[in-house]
Amino acid sequence: MEEFFQQLTNGLAVGGIYALIALGYTMVYGVLKLINFAHGDLFTIGSYLGLTLLTSLALTDRLGPAAGIAVLALMVMGLVALVGALLERMAYRPLRQSPRLSAVVSALGASIFFSNTVMLIYGARFQVYPQGILPKTAIELFGLYIPLVRVLILGSSVVMMVALYTFIQRTKIGTAIRAAAIDQDAARLMGIDVNRVILLVFLIGPALGGAAGLMVGLHYGQINFTMGWVYGLKAFTAAILGGIGNIPGAMVGGLLLGVIEALGAAYLSVAWKDAIAFGVLIFILIVRPTGLLGERVAEKV
Amino acid sequence: MRNRMLIYGAVAVALAVSPLFLNAYWTDVLNNIGLYAALGLSLNLIVGHAGLFNLGHAAFYAVGAYTAAILNTHFHIPILVLMPLCGLTAGLFALIVARPIIHLRGDYLCIVTIGVGEIVRIALINNVFGITGGANGIFGIARPNLFGWVVRKPHEFFYLIWGFVAVTAFFFHRLENSRFGRALNYLREDETAAEGSGIDTAHYKLMAFVLGAAWAGMVGNIYAAKMTIIAPESFSFWESVIMFTLIILGGSGSIPGVLLGAFLVVGLPEVFRGFTNARMMIFGAAMIAMMIFRTGGILPARPRRYTVPDRHLAEESA
Repeated sequence: MEEFFQQLTNGLAVGGIYALIALGYTMVYGVLKLINFAHGDLFTIGSYLGLTLLTSLALTDRLGPAAGIAVLALMVMGLVALVGALLERMAYRPLRQSPRLSAVVSALGASIFFSNTVMLIYGARFQVYPQGILPKTAIELFGLYIPLVRVLILGSSVVMMVALYTFIQRTKIGTAIRAAAIDQDAARLMGIDVNRVILLVFLIGPALGGAAGLMVGLHYGQINFTMGWVYGLKAFTAAILGGIGNIPGAMVGGLLLGVIEALGAAYLSVAWKDAIAFGVLIFILIVRPTGLLGERVAEKV
Repeated sequence: MRNRMLIYGAVAVALAVSPLFLNAYWTDVLNNIGLYAALGLSLNLIVGHAGLFNLGHAAFYAVGAYTAAILNTHFHIPILVLMPLCGLTAGLFALIVARPIIHLRGDYLCIVTIGVGEIVRIALINNVFGITGGANGIFGIARPNLFGWVVRKPHEFFYLIWGFVAVTAFFFHRLENSRFGRALNYLREDETAAEGSGIDTAHYKLMAFVLGAAWAGMVGNIYAAKMTIIAPESFSFWESVIMFTLIILGGSGSIPGVLLGAFLVVGLPEVFRGFTNARMMIFGAAMIAMMIFRTGGILPARPRRYTVPDRHLAEESA
């Protein structure tokens, strides 16, 4: 039973990371109906930028661990958001009116471009985050030792997700995003600048993905230029699991996938861990393609 | 029409004599291009004609290659004799996998096929059923033997591989104009209208998927014969991406387009090997630029015109 709860906390921490990345997929899919294959690589970029800024600016030494990490996170999120906006402008905006297939290929091209750029700059080897930035303490709770890092990761993911949800639900700009997701032409007629909405989506999603990349670096210590692909695919699975285009769905899906994977690895097989996630993906698409929280919509003809 | 046939003929002749002037390395590059050309043509039936996004084609290629490798190393059946069997197993696997998912909408199908591809790769790495050899794969596959002629050198493989490409191109060209091919094209253009005019869309989609996968299985057999060693990393997601990309860049639905795409996607990175690290970065950027400036690919499929013979018009007016 104890192992079960240990795995559960681990799963929730990883799930928080998946959920953060999944938000980027789900927002882009909601507005543009496009799988942004390059999103996982934005996550990688966040991870590498985090490492560079951490070592070159020595923020944690100057400001202390808590403030240092917070400032670092804001810088990474800002920079990755800029990369995301650039991606939208260069690779997706010119293809708004083109067939679906072209946008998919453009997204794959962007993914190849980003991952190889990272490899060119940092090299193909694993890079290591400096150890000892986050305290290695653990919290004792009902006889369980939960590492503080996991609590921090889950906590900050949940805070970011709730902030995003409130922003989308309560503000005028959030309403504009939701309107553009439902019907771009109608939104335009209502005076919404759809181009700006899409740009905003490509600022918020990558910012959250970049934050997730920083978390992975701080938590696991090792990063590689190809890791964005696997994380991206799993996060996309999470988005589908929750119901794509649905923000609370991405959160639930991410956490659920993290837990399923951790328990699957513990009780079934570690070697098949990745296959379990994809098995879940296929199962959910066969049984309930709209996801857990998605509504069944009639197909337009 | 005459001009085009002339150009294709000239290209074919130039290609046929090229091994005489090339060293082993560049002949091998041509062989790789040939393998991807055959894979591209098989995927083109699924993506270009039926309009189904399949980003997991490497899985069926892998099933074919592993079928050949396992049967050859265990039972010493000559590798090329296994060709139909490789097609059959890959096709059967595709049938089982695709049956429940074929109805999914474009992007969803795309993501499921990625999932299938990854599961197959992980299964191969984990030595599924204890016969795939795990991460090291299978080695010691026998050289192909054609009536006593043992194919060994790249120059010899060239004719085997490109002969198969020619057969493939001919087969899919004939298929394009058949009842089956035309049904697929209606389906791609407008599924609802196709359904309305009595085409069993689910059946045709599934058949296109299975046939394309079976063909990829046969290419897998040739790949196993050429390499004599196969490993899971040869069938990763990026293989599927290469196949997908060469179709879209060359011109989806167009056979000359797919062949040209294979040359560009597989050949150009070899030509630019001097830029070792930057070439894939440039490749990614080129993919984006290509989509922006020439959406239909370099040699897009030409819309086919069907004309009603005068006889019918005369009957109607009479």
